[in-house]
Amino acid sequence: MIQLLNGLVNGMILALVASGLTLIFGIMDVVNFAHGELYMLGAYVGTTVLAAGGSFWLALGVASVTIFCLGAAIQLVTLRPLLGRDPLATILATFGLSLVLQNYALWQYGPVARKIQEPFTGHFRIFQLEYPWYRIIIAVLSAAIMLALWLFLKRATWGIWIRATAQDRTMAAAMGIPVPLVHTAVFSLGGAMAAASGVLYGPLVGVDQTLGPGIILRAFIVVVVGGMGNLGGSVLAAVFISLLESFASLWMSPAQAVIVSFVLLIVTLLFRPTGLFVPTPK
Amino acid sequence: MLAARDVHAFYGKSHILHGVSLEVRAGEVVGLLGRNGVGKSTTLKTIMGLVRPARGAIVFDGRDVTGVATHRLARLGLAWVPEDRRIFPSLSVWENLRTGLDRAGVGHAKRADLLEKVFRYFPLLAERRYQAGRTLSGGEQQMLAIARAMMLEPKIILLDEPTEGLMPRMVGQIREIIETLRQDGVAILLVEQSVPLTLAVSARVYIMEKGVVRHEAPAPALRADDAVIRRYLGV
Repeated sequence: MIQLLNGLVNGMILALVASGLTLIFGIMDVVNFAHGELYMLGAYVGTTVLAAGGSFWLALGVASVTIFCLGAAIQLVTLRPLLGRDPLATILATFGLSLVLQNYALWQYGPVARKIQEPFTGHFRIFQLEYPWYRIIIAVLSAAIMLALWLFLKRATWGIWIRATAQDRTMAAAMGIPVPLVHTAVFSLGGAMAAASGVLYGPLVGVDQTLGPGIILRAFIVVVVGGMGNLGGSVLAAVFISLLESFASLWMSPAQAVIVSFVLLIVTLLFRPTGLFVPTPK
Repeated sequence: MLAARDVHAFYGKSHILHGVSLEVRAGEVVGLLGRNGVGKSTTLKTIMGLVRPARGAIVFDGRDVTGVATHRLARLGLAWVPEDRRIFPSLSVWENLRTGLDRAGVGHAKRADLLEKVFRYFPLLAERRYQAGRTLSGGEQQMLAIARAMMLEPKIILLDEPTEGLMPRMVGQIREIIETLRQDGVAILLVEQSVPLTLAVSARVYIMEKGVVRHEAPAPALRADDAVIRRYLGV
């Protein structure tokens, strides 16, 4: 039962990171290797706000907005000039970026992990076990953010622009949609979502500069298993994989449980290369 | 209003346009005829800023727009209806229309006006409003493509083979739409395989061969004497 809850909570956070990643891939065909670093920096910005005496919710907001702006700057400086180039060029660029951001964090914040204090410390009892309320809050908030994203994509003008650009970039431009601006906005939005997950998840893991690589690998697995660029698929895959790992850790150590997701990744690539939750194209 | 001057364009290394010059005046329907592969579609794409001319200029509304980004051209009043229609497949009919409708300067009243107009022209689209673009038939997609372009309130529509693959009944409807647009004062640069249709709706016709415009004539003259048509198009 605890495994089920843990799996769901981790799954929602993972889904939040992965949906930003899959959104960026779906619109710009960019595999963003620096996504984990945006998540990590978001958490750090959160610690800074908290250290300055701000509340947890302020930290969450400031981190999202800061990384939104940083994302826009990064996209304009590094990715926009590479538009239309070989995918390898953007992969190298974002990979380089991830190294720069990691070392920046190390230089700025030092090697000692920082802690984000959770805003709720209460527990509740379930099946004779104590379970922290805060974990439930994480899951609910992540779900709320993703629901808001979905509504935004479904109804808002920008949402329609984003979907149209994802489906046919050329035709979107011909309809007067400012495609370069849509790219920047999507990258920023994905970054802001990563930052929000970083702050939300910070209290459970502690914040240091290696936070990025830790989550990005799993986020990539989720994106591939869920189908590249498929938002709903990513959410399902994130929950599915986290539950799988969570239950696997009943029988093996959590470190080994990660193996399960890699096995799932390989099986997916072998049998459903377009994603587990996408009908295989004929 | 729209003019291409000595436009050269390449796809990779192959030289497609070898100096195309043509002109469309405000509210005029102009046909662009030619065999397959002579560069008609490329001419439209180059005007729309989708292919960058290696040499030459595109002038729109008295302004040199060579190299201006496609989305800006769309806002200036150039609309493109591509030959493969390119409906956004997972957007609904309504959302497809919104891609052109959601822009600065379109208030409630104008929005309602524009929608009322396309739904009057294409009642079928009103019926299918919430259906995904990919579920429409070829003819319905063509109508949606034209309706979507109309949302931009264009001064000119670059219309690429609108009747390709359509049933005769649909062809008649497309012809009516071209007439209606002309009466509304919208200019059209029409690329078509069907010579009779082109001659029927156009005021003037350009004939292209191997990446250049070989011949220009008023449509009535070509209707009266089909020697030119036979020479260049072999029909």
